[in-house]
Amino acid sequence: MNTQEVSPKMITEKRDSGRVSGAHAVGAASADPGVVMDCRIKTLHYGNFLAVRDTEIPIVANEITAFIGPSGCGKSTVLRSLNRMNDFVNGFRFEGSVHYRGQDIYAQGVDPVAVRRSIGMVFQQPNPFAMSIYKNVAFGLRLNGFKGDYAERVENALRGAALWDEVKDKLTTSGLSLSGGQQQRLCIARAIAVEPELLLMDEPCSALDPIATRRVEDLMLELKEKYTIAIVTHNLQQAQRVADRTAFLFVDTSAGGRTGYLIEYRPSAELFEDPREERTKAYIRGEFS
Amino acid sequence: MANATMNTELAPPSGRTSFRRSFADRRTLGNSVLTGLAVALSLIAMFPLFSVLYMLLVKGGALLSPSLFSELTPGAGMDGGGIGNAVVGTLVVVGISTCLALPLGFMGAVYLAEYGGETKLATLVRFAAKVLTGLPSILAGVFAYAMVVVTTGSFSALAGGCAMAILMVPTVMLTSESALRAVPGKMKMAAFGMGATRAQTVLRIVIPTAIPGILTGVMLALARAMGETAPLLFTALFSDYWFEGKVTQPIASLSVLIYNFAGSPFEHQVALAWAASLVLVSIVLVLNVIAQVATRRPEEH
Repeated sequence: MNTQEVSPKMITEKRDSGRVSGAHAVGAASADPGVVMDCRIKTLHYGNFLAVRDTEIPIVANEITAFIGPSGCGKSTVLRSLNRMNDFVNGFRFEGSVHYRGQDIYAQGVDPVAVRRSIGMVFQQPNPFAMSIYKNVAFGLRLNGFKGDYAERVENALRGAALWDEVKDKLTTSGLSLSGGQQQRLCIARAIAVEPELLLMDEPCSALDPIATRRVEDLMLELKEKYTIAIVTHNLQQAQRVADRTAFLFVDTSAGGRTGYLIEYRPSAELFEDPREERTKAYIRGEFS
Repeated sequence: MANATMNTELAPPSGRTSFRRSFADRRTLGNSVLTGLAVALSLIAMFPLFSVLYMLLVKGGALLSPSLFSELTPGAGMDGGGIGNAVVGTLVVVGISTCLALPLGFMGAVYLAEYGGETKLATLVRFAAKVLTGLPSILAGVFAYAMVVVTTGSFSALAGGCAMAILMVPTVMLTSESALRAVPGKMKMAAFGMGATRAQTVLRIVIPTAIPGILTGVMLALARAMGETAPLLFTALFSDYWFEGKVTQPIASLSVLIYNFAGSPFEHQVALAWAASLVLVSIVLVLNVIAQVATRRPEEH
């Protein structure tokens, strides 16, 4: 049942029928139809360690939402809780809800595997599989039992990731033979091949040089026409350049631990030019990192 | 005060630092001596290998001919003949043992690397496998003798294969486990992130990525098993005839042929033992080269 509801096919149909432009969705509340994923974390534990608390980030369709904050503020943890990648960490416990397409992905009986199939993820380190470029991109399609024209979908995904022209003559060579920046774009192509509605990117440029970083940023701006993107970045300029909305998280060390929580979540222009909170101001001025 | 003294000691008397290499410096001398020692000792370590190869070529090379591989072993005191049945026999026995050991060792490795982790069962299996790698091969022979030869009532290729398999399983299992573990965690995470189940991740990502390493383990185990004599003496025994497709009958093998003929009073049989040794070493060498080539990975950035 769950598998049915989050299958990429359904999502493609949904998106084609009722897309809401992100431009109108400023100040979105959870009831807003523009919200693709409504993340409401009460507490997030690893064992006895309280990693994140009180963080509510509604992610709006066809926008780029950036998570920023100092090291250890839990921004990656929040991102990974959006497609249940934290389930692999021992002792992970979650209180709250993450509503995606009308259902809570943390509800009883939800299969995390089915959730991950409809949400794309790009990691910090480029991680292509040790197989050909073509097979890398086709991997998700095969997992989903795609029956259509593989070659066409692979080409579209590679074009979408701005990699097609560089690799069209060597689709059978190993994905590992590409440069770091190309590998990361291959990973993006692999993620968008199954046409996920939402793309999670966990510091996708931190292992890349400035030129490759700019290419991936340009790519994100193109991709948001079709997809919704949530990105973790430690690069403030990057958030300013690409993100429509920015969430600033901070670390609370008062209880002796290191607990991340949301300070401010607003349209990027407002957050960077006129931060409401003192800590946001200080962080943006570079007073701590 | 102390600082001032130190400074005057460090500065050369002329006030100029010399960059010339000098053996009067103890560090330079020690460095050269150690380098020389390492080179000399590694050459000495290589000596037995090359002297064995040289002897085999000199003593066994003379008999190398097509008929060596196409004819049966000659009887006592007879000339001619070859070692064809022993070459076939070794391949048959090793084939049987691979069929038995590969699934066991490989699936065990998948369990250890992907499912068992550090659980008690996995730790026990790993410990047992490590102990088994040090098992004297003659004990594997005795075990297979009791289990197969005694129960079936005859020496057989199958019994030989079982004895060899006992020797191969731990090597295959441990090398495959380390090959599976060497698959980067980030690749597995990528697969999980795309919504692959654990089984799909293991089957489509982890195992294909680890195949070269697993092949190396299998080849090493094969090469070791091929040269074993003791386990075969109790199990496969020997046969002066061609293998006729019956694994329940005794079978010839190169290692037992060498054992039998090397001590023979007949010169021709001793010569055949040399030739058989050369053939055996060549097969092992080829297997090792295949293992090396198979391990080569495409260049990674």
